Amino acid sequence: MKIIVCIKQVPDTTNVKMNPETNTLIRDGVVSIINPFDAYAIEEGVRLREKYRGEVIAISMGPPQVEESLRDALSLGVDNAYLLTDIAFAGADTLATGYTLAAGIKKLGGADIIILGRQAMDGDTGQVGPSVGENLGIPHITNVKKIEQIDKDGTIIVERLLEGGYLRLKTKLPVLLTVVKEINEPRLPTIKAKMLARKKEIVSWDSNNLDIETDRIGLSGSPTQVIKIFTPPKTTKGKFYQGNVKTSVASFLKDIQNAGIQFIKKESKIKNGTN
Amino acid sequence: MEPIKIIIDKCVGCGLCVKACPYNAIQMINKKAVIDLEKCTLCGACIEACKFDAIVIYKRSFKGQEVTSYTGICLYAEHRNRKLASVVLEIIGAARKLKEDLNAKISAILLGNGMNPLAEELALYGVDEVWMIDSPEIGEFAEDVQAEIVAEILMEKKPEIFLGGGTIIGRSILPRVAAKLLTGLTADCTELTIDSKNKLLRQTRPAFGGNIMATILCENHRPQMATVRHKVMDEAKKLKSDHKSKILKFNHIKIPKTKIEVLGFVKEKDITVNLVDADFIVSGGRGLQDPKNLVLIEELAKTINGAVGASRAAVDAGWISYSHQIGLTGKTVKPIVYVACGISGAIQHLAGMKSSDIIIAINNDSNASIFDFSQYCIIGDLFEVVPELIKQLKELTGSKK
Repeated sequence: MKIIVCIKQVPDTTNVKMNPETNTLIRDGVVSIINPFDAYAIEEGVRLREKYRGEVIAISMGPPQVEESLRDALSLGVDNAYLLTDIAFAGADTLATGYTLAAGIKKLGGADIIILGRQAMDGDTGQVGPSVGENLGIPHITNVKKIEQIDKDGTIIVERLLEGGYLRLKTKLPVLLTVVKEINEPRLPTIKAKMLARKKEIVSWDSNNLDIETDRIGLSGSPTQVIKIFTPPKTTKGKFYQGNVKTSVASFLKDIQNAGIQFIKKESKIKNGTN
Repeated sequence: MEPIKIIIDKCVGCGLCVKACPYNAIQMINKKAVIDLEKCTLCGACIEACKFDAIVIYKRSFKGQEVTSYTGICLYAEHRNRKLASVVLEIIGAARKLKEDLNAKISAILLGNGMNPLAEELALYGVDEVWMIDSPEIGEFAEDVQAEIVAEILMEKKPEIFLGGGTIIGRSILPRVAAKLLTGLTADCTELTIDSKNKLLRQTRPAFGGNIMATILCENHRPQMATVRHKVMDEAKKLKSDHKSKILKFNHIKIPKTKIEVLGFVKEKDITVNLVDADFIVSGGRGLQDPKNLVLIEELAKTINGAVGASRAAVDAGWISYSHQIGLTGKTVKPIVYVACGISGAIQHLAGMKSSDIIIAINNDSNASIFDFSQYCIIGDLFEVVPELIKQLKELTGSKK
């Protein structure tokens, strides 16, 4: 079985701050990590390889420093790693990214299963997976929480998270899956695996190595443009209650009632919507 | 999807396209135009010649998309069990505001089986036209098929804006549609407005875990597509008059066969109240210190007939299942009242609940960032405050009986 895992290197989001004067992101000193959701994709890919044999490949698009994240993927059990890196890829939105990653996957000869994390922690879009699927002309299933079985004839059954429960879905390989954190518990790399990963070659491809239309990659291939970034406004401070618990709770409840908030004795209204 | 197509219903058999085609690729068969795809180069000469808009080219080049012929706001009417998803009403609410600035009509794509009641409901909330295929052949979760059909309808009708829900289904179908149409798509928008100068759709969304907001435009490609974050925008209210919408059927579109078979839907067991739709939510976080203290949260929730939520810290500690997690990597909620107990208010948690109508926070740290977003801030030990709150609430309800 041939498995390709697409990963993204992201800044550790809890540290990202804005410079209020220039309105730009402060990236100094921000650590880069593998997108946490992609760790589940890597783990699932490696588990499939362990179960069904074959090869698991990691691929990423980004600046040369992404090699570090691909090396981390190798230390987690991935067999080979490929980096699509070119200044021409820079500034890609999800459409251009999906197109470029698909071109890389085509050059690798495609795969039986392509796995991505359900979304990246920086962009939070979750759009690249379906976009890669469309560019490859294969079906996709998002938010997979379990791969139940894969038969010899290429039939695959998965459990896919949905609001209020999950769907059991059946399709034929090849398929693209995006996975959620419930799917597994990623392993930690051993020291030995880390050492071996250091010695492995990571293949880099630029735009000339791929069969692509140059106006569909990077900034020029991106229909969307970010025109403004800003820090979300904070709401005004609320009323504080402290000191004696009994009296502060009492005065809080009084305020709530005076404000006409239906907080007490109301039957919970459960809407019939499907979300 | 065929790259070019004759819309049979519209073709009158006039033959203008046959004359216009420089490649001899069109023939008249039974008074309808038929295109030989082997000969066709997609030059578009026939489209200009046709006076009845009966020919559509689906394949498009990335560059050189003309944008001026696109008008109107269209939305994807997601539904389950023959009920509209609640996010659809939120999208209609947003669309009605956009309509004021664009002076355009609102249409909705409705695909499924037994859809007439839903079409009527869409009308009541202000949808002007329903673009519908009502057929048992369209599976509720056949996202591959739906994406294909949506793309075809959009190519034919050319709305300038296309919106879908930021739901699991919406965020699966729309990226696929955008990739088919080679246009831009902005995920999970929390604000949509029309730029007063250039009339473009300004799409604002959180990124970096809610640390920053970004405003995005899609200038040269159509439609401008966005998914709308659930539970952020206000639902449309029913129109006072009996608003009727025009129903357009797209029966000329061939429904492809899905590659994904649904074996079944398994409901979550441990949720008595659907968290996302609950009007009252009581959430616990790291401040609970121990899983056995969860009963406090549950009891308070029970007292106010609410649902139980949790921060990621409580879920990661294994105190409560992931289905209760509220926040960036969990659920987004917008209840009438949200009570946060022992939750510090990490930006990731705030992303999932800060548009609640009323936020009440109970925390022993007066500097906890949850207080920056709360209207009512009770500083104190939750192990004292919560039992006291339950006691006084019970007294209040008791005295009223």
